[in-house]
Parts: sequence; C-alpha cells; structure tokens
Amino acid sequence: MRLLFYSIVVVICCQFISCSVDPKIKPILPSNDIREIIPEGWPQPVYTFQDNQLSQDKFILGRELFYEEMFSKDNSISCGSCHQGFVAFANAEHRFSHGVDGSLGKRNAPALFNMNWNTSFMWDGGILHIENQPLGPIANPIEMHEDINNAITKLQASNKYKQLFTLAFGDDLINTQRILKAIAQFQGMLYSYNSKYDQYKRGEQDVSFSSQEQNGYLLFQQKCNSCHREPLFTNFEFKNNGLSIDPTIQDSGRAHITGDPLDKYKFKTPSLRNIALTTPYMHDGRFSNLDQVIEHYASGIVDNGTLDPNLSGGISLSAQDKADLKAFLLTLTDYTFINDDRFKDPN
Amino acid sequence: MTRFIILLSFFVLLVSACKKDPLEEEEPITPVTPTGSLKIEFDNMFDTLDLGLDTVNYILDNGDKIKVSIFKYYISNIKLTDSDGKEFAETESYHLIDESNPASQKFTITGVPIKNYTSITFMIGVDSARNVSGAQTGALSANNNMFWTWSTGYIFAKLEGISQQSTAPSNSVAFHIAGFKGANSALKIISPTFNGSTANVSSTVTPTIYIKCNLKEWFINPTTISLATTNNITTVSTTSKMIADNYADMFTIEHIHN
Repeated sequence: MRLLFYSIVVVICCQFISCSVDPKIKPILPSNDIREIIPEGWPQPVYTFQDNQLSQDKFILGRELFYEEMFSKDNSISCGSCHQGFVAFANAEHRFSHGVDGSLGKRNAPALFNMNWNTSFMWDGGILHIENQPLGPIANPIEMHEDINNAITKLQASNKYKQLFTLAFGDDLINTQRILKAIAQFQGMLYSYNSKYDQYKRGEQDVSFSSQEQNGYLLFQQKCNSCHREPLFTNFEFKNNGLSIDPTIQDSGRAHITGDPLDKYKFKTPSLRNIALTTPYMHDGRFSNLDQVIEHYASGIVDNGTLDPNLSGGISLSAQDKADLKAFLLTLTDYTFINDDRFKDPN
Repeated sequence: MTRFIILLSFFVLLVSACKKDPLEEEEPITPVTPTGSLKIEFDNMFDTLDLGLDTVNYILDNGDKIKVSIFKYYISNIKLTDSDGKEFAETESYHLIDESNPASQKFTITGVPIKNYTSITFMIGVDSARNVSGAQTGALSANNNMFWTWSTGYIFAKLEGISQQSTAPSNSVAFHIAGFKGANSALKIISPTFNGSTANVSSTVTPTIYIKCNLKEWFINPTTISLATTNNITTVSTTSKMIADNYADMFTIEHIHN
C-alpha cells in the first residue's frame, strides 16, 4: 500500500515536471479567461479569431511581444511604451509619442480596446487588418524604426522566445506570421465593456445615473451619437471635425491614404469609451482636457473645405449642457479593463 | 506483479503526460486522376541582354540610362488550359520572383493532371482578397519588403536603381507598383502565348515553360517614361497604374521544353 502511495506521488511529481515550464518563461495568467467576447447588444466584430484560434499560450506570447522592446531599432521602446494600460492603452499626457533616435510622432497615440470591431486601423485608416497593424509602427522611422527581419533575428537569439513560440505554435520557428497572429490575440482580447455606462445599460443592481449624467446622456444621444455611435462610441468613419490646420504638421489625414482631396483633414472617429483617461485629445493631441474638447464643438469649429456637414456652425450647448455632457462622458471609464492583470506587462 | 503494474502505469502516465489529444489526421481522399509536374522558369532581361544588378547602365529608347539594383515581382493565380479547353489552377499560387535570388526564379507545380497544355494565364501581383486577409506566410509573408506597412497592400512589382537622368536625391529611381482596387488598380491578368507549342505533362516528363521578362517594357508602350520627370512612385496613383499598363506585356514565352 505504501509502495502504491509513493508511486502515485512520484507519478504526480513527474507529470508536473514533464509539463511545467519555468514560471518566468511562462507566467501563469491570473485568469484562464481567454475567449472571444461579444457583449450583449453589440454588433458582430469584424475580426473573430477564425483563422487565429485563441489560446492561452498564444495570448501570453502576444502579450510578451506587445511589451517587447526588441521591435525597436535600438531596443528602447515596445508597443506598450506608447500604449499604456493604465490609460486604456493610450499614451499618458503625450501629445506625440517619442520614437527611437529622439524622434517625435505627428499624431496622438490612440487608445487600444475593442479592436476586433475596427474596420481599419490608424488615424488615417491606412491599415486594413488587425494582424498587419503592428507592422506600421515597427517600420515607421518616427516610431520603432526597425526592420521586421532584424527583430526576428533578435527574437531568435532569445531562449525565452524559443520556448514561448514552441508553447504557442508547437515548434520554435519564429516568423512574421506567427508574431502578427500572437499580437493580434493580445490586441483582440482588449475588451472594454464594463464602464458605469455599460453597467447602467445592463440594468445592474445599485447602478444608476445621476440626473446630470442622465441629462448628459440625452444630450449625447441628440448631438454626438451620429458619429460616436453606441455601443462602440464610434462609427469607424473618417470625418473632418473642424480643427484648424496646424501649419507645422500639415497632416492631410485620410487623403494621405486615398489620394482624394475630398478626404483632406479627415481622421477616423475615435471611440469615446475611456475618454476621461486618454488625454490629450484629437488626432494631434491639441486639447489637454474634456472642457476644451466640448468647447471646440460648441464654439471652435473651423470649416476648411471638408468639414463634416453635421458640425457646420458648431453644436449648440449651454454652459449647463457642457457640464452635463462631461458628466456623462465620465461614466464611460472602464476601471475593470484598466486594472485587468491579464493585460499588464508580466516582466 | 503489483510492482510491475505500478511501474508500468507510471511510465504510461509519464509518457502520456504532455501528449495532446490524438486528433489523428485523416488521409484526404485523393481523386484517381493521374498527375505529373510542370516547371516554370523566369528569365529577367533587358531586351536581349540578361539582366544584371548594379552593373550595367541600360539605355532606354528615349536615351535615358538606368542601373538596376532591385527587380522583383509577384506572379500569382497561375492557370493552365489543356488541349480540351479544361483549366487547371495551382493551389496557393503565389510566387515572388526576385532577380537577386536565382532560386526564386524557377518553381515546380505539382499535382498537374496529365494533359497537353496549350496556354497559361497568371496575375502580375496579388489578388485583392489576399491583400486584406491578415498575416500571411511564404511568398506573401510581410517581411519580404513587398508589403506596405503604412497603407495595406502588396507591392506587386518593384524596380529600383540609379539614373543620371533622375532628379530625385542621389539620382534614385524607385518604382513600387501597387493598388488592388479602384480606378488605379495595378492588377494585371495576362496570357502570354505558347505560339503553337504545348507543355506535355506526363508521368515521365516534367515540361518546363521558360518565360522571358523584359524590364524595358516598364518604360514604353503605351506610355514612354522619362526618368527626369517620373522617377519615384511609392503610392497608388495614375502614375503607378501607367507603369502597370506598360509592364503588362513584359512577359513572353521563350520556349517550352518537354
């Protein structure tokens, strides 16, 4: 009997040893909750992981790669350098992010969440698939400025990545496709759907809007919802929202991609979810707080030829309206999302 | 005996500990049509000269000179038509022909039904579906310097070099021809003629189709290109389409070896 007991102990230990990986190499997730989410009432996402079956190992690899500085030319910055979880993966208090070699970007780093619903990526919509998105900032000279082949060579020299790729894909081959599929799992898993607004809409217990928030919500539905459409708070379209042209940047926006003069100064409508966290605002980060943003729509609209017709003449808002609207926007912050340990840098 | 069983179970468990569920791959049911293979070989030229990189100044019809440093292009969606008019399409038919990589200039298509083939059709470039399909591998992998990272799409054909006539910095010439949709699409589907020859695929013979690619066609017919005014094309535009219209006739069947 005793022999049987010891044998079982040995068997269990051996099972553990033969399967276990150094926890530094394969960090245990706080939750095994790696699955596709489509919150109730939301449209079908564009990206469904159909050709990129979700797995914990691929997600973990994607997370490591998201926070991997080897993707920059001088190993100084990662995706996570300019997309910081505590501000919903925007770049905290940076109008423009710092690239390698002291370079400075010319557009504000967008927040990252609910990526699977995006019909295109980047402010100008130049990138058409979530999996190919990381190639843009990696190659861009004012961002990470690295050749993907150099980055692969660096990853191949790392034992950590040999193990992580083996766990995720069955062998230690490191190629562009695998890198992109893994990062897409991390980016795609960044679901944000637990703001006070969401809880209110779901009718959760003890969640109610103040009269100011409620009034702000009504104003939002009347005056903002056509572009910042619920429940994603964007229609993913390209609009000129009446900002004066910054002569030092001369950013033509969407027209840079389409070559169409009618697309000049148009940028993708950003989601308003987590808006309280993602300061500064607009494609060039020109506004540092929500009061300035609301005031822009109320009194700052400039028509430089391609202005969205809905914004012609600005949006009429009283002082009380502005305060109420802001109160509503503050209900869009998802603290569950920004505190989710699954999305944090494991190193 | 007990000890033996325990030891045995111990080993079985240890061995099976990491094994995934045995989802056995089933043998695909293959049709009994007999098949063979067919080779295609590309020969990049400048008129009658074998193309060399970074060596010769090639003289265009208008007198402009160009020394070529990079020349590569995608051939995709290859289809062969047999003497009965029946079509065979290569699966996963994406090939990146690169002048700097001799191995890329020839490839073998397997699983070709045993027939005599009288014509070939292929695309210069990458079909629109694969331009927007997410991370690809092989010839379509995004690390071949043929995929735009700032505006999604494959560069279908790339020609770079130096010309004294170019007014660009360092006299550079860079033609990155892309565009998979809209009025300026550069996609070209072509069928260079076999001139009465046939490629006879059999169980013993693997025919080779030798295809000549004349780089000079980028600069002429229908539009003559002056390198002084047109030297850098790195976006989709009427100019990139103009080059694609020019190079659409750069391929000719040199001969077919049976």
